[in-house]
Amino acid sequence: MRSIMAASMKNVEEIRTRVILGEFGVKNTHTTDFPGNYPGYDDAWSMQKFQQNFRIDVVHLDDSSMEFDMVGIDAAIANAFRRILLAEVPTMAIEKVFIYNNTSIVQDEVLAHRLGLIPIRADPRLFEYRNTGEESAEDQGSEIDTIQLQLKVKCSRNPRASKDSSDPRELYLNSMVYSRDIQWVPVGNQADVFADCRIGPVHDDILIAQLRPGQELDITMHCVKESVGAAGKDHAKFSPVATASYRLLPEITILEPVEGEKAERLKRCFSRGVIDLEDVDGRKVAKVVNSRLDTCSREVLRHADLKNLVKLGRVRDHFIFTVESTGILPPDVLVTEAIKVLMAKCQRFLQELDSTDMD
Amino acid sequence: SMAEEGEKKAVLETVQADGADEGCVTFVMHDEDHTLGNSLRYMIMKGVDVDFCGYTITHPSESKINFRIQTRGGIPATEPLRRGLNELTDVCQHVLNTFQVDLLPLSCGAHLSSAGRHRSAASSSA
Repeated sequence: MRSIMAASMKNVEEIRTRVILGEFGVKNTHTTDFPGNYPGYDDAWSMQKFQQNFRIDVVHLDDSSMEFDMVGIDAAIANAFRRILLAEVPTMAIEKVFIYNNTSIVQDEVLAHRLGLIPIRADPRLFEYRNTGEESAEDQGSEIDTIQLQLKVKCSRNPRASKDSSDPRELYLNSMVYSRDIQWVPVGNQADVFADCRIGPVHDDILIAQLRPGQELDITMHCVKESVGAAGKDHAKFSPVATASYRLLPEITILEPVEGEKAERLKRCFSRGVIDLEDVDGRKVAKVVNSRLDTCSREVLRHADLKNLVKLGRVRDHFIFTVESTGILPPDVLVTEAIKVLMAKCQRFLQELDSTDMD
Repeated sequence: SMAEEGEKKAVLETVQADGADEGCVTFVMHDEDHTLGNSLRYMIMKGVDVDFCGYTITHPSESKINFRIQTRGGIPATEPLRRGLNELTDVCQHVLNTFQVDLLPLSCGAHLSSAGRHRSAASSSA
């Protein structure tokens, strides 16, 4: 009786804390640790318990990307951070394109779209949202909410090109229009306020258009602050990340000793570095050394003699986040901003509860 | 309690069936989706006095959610809602603090792999 109890307790623990990758499907996908679901467990929310278990480990951080582990939190909240990173952290992007002249073969609307997608280095925290609404249609924007950019390029023949050349880069001047040709035009006090911000495209080698002698571009652009918004209301150009995603930490358990040829095969079923062969009295025995590296391909489940020797799972509350910035803000700043956005959402409704005559 | 005409856009509305007590309420949360809906649902479901909590997105072209709470023992539904919002704020604050403390050694110029607990740093970049 006692051992049955112990076994079932172990089962319950697995259901609560692991997602199991089975041969024909994924088991225990949902969060179930709510009050009343499991006898003998106190699943009521406890801030103290949360603070004890929660941790973050930064694995990698550079100017454009980061990887960190967020452990001890529910998928609902981790996913909120991920969704906010994608769509609700405000970003500056080109919103209005005034084309005074475009004699290139790129159509005006295609050119405007290409320009809109170029990441513009400008800290959105230093700008206001531009008014949206009826009266703002004519609004030209001001120094507090708009950045002006200019693109003025004309292509001509290169008088110094050798006669027998066939390379457009040598034959013509300004035949390739790059993002580096976009110039910032400070408005009002912007030249002083953003003196050391180097406002302009993040990357200087994005090809915008190709020109031939006599063709020219004369364009002014307005950048504004916005976010993609809930339900993808606006444009993806307002997303501050190239991508933001998480995966659950893989967990591979070898249930009984696997030796020799089987061990070799088992090793090859997983990503490199996951399983190692240890020498035990002259026999090669398989051992899990780093399950984090596994892609969870489930290849092992195709081998009839191996599939019952291992258990594949993922740790339900261990999120391995990857955040790639478009380069406008460092990835750690984006994560910080995302957390603040979720707090602001809560505050918005708390204020509403406090202020109104909720009946 | 509908928003008055010409007033500023509604943030939160409540819908109650005729004769239902104040423990069974659908809150209409404007300009929200799964992001707040699911995380807030989790926090509220963690409360012992909550019988049911769930939400629906009314329609892809409408940016609002219907957030339903049913309580036990006649507690007004606004109570777990308020508590959920407060607790979610506290969770975020703790996540933010933890994240910033974890970044400190990095901003001070210390090398990443010198911190012992970042054992996975070397292997994961392979």
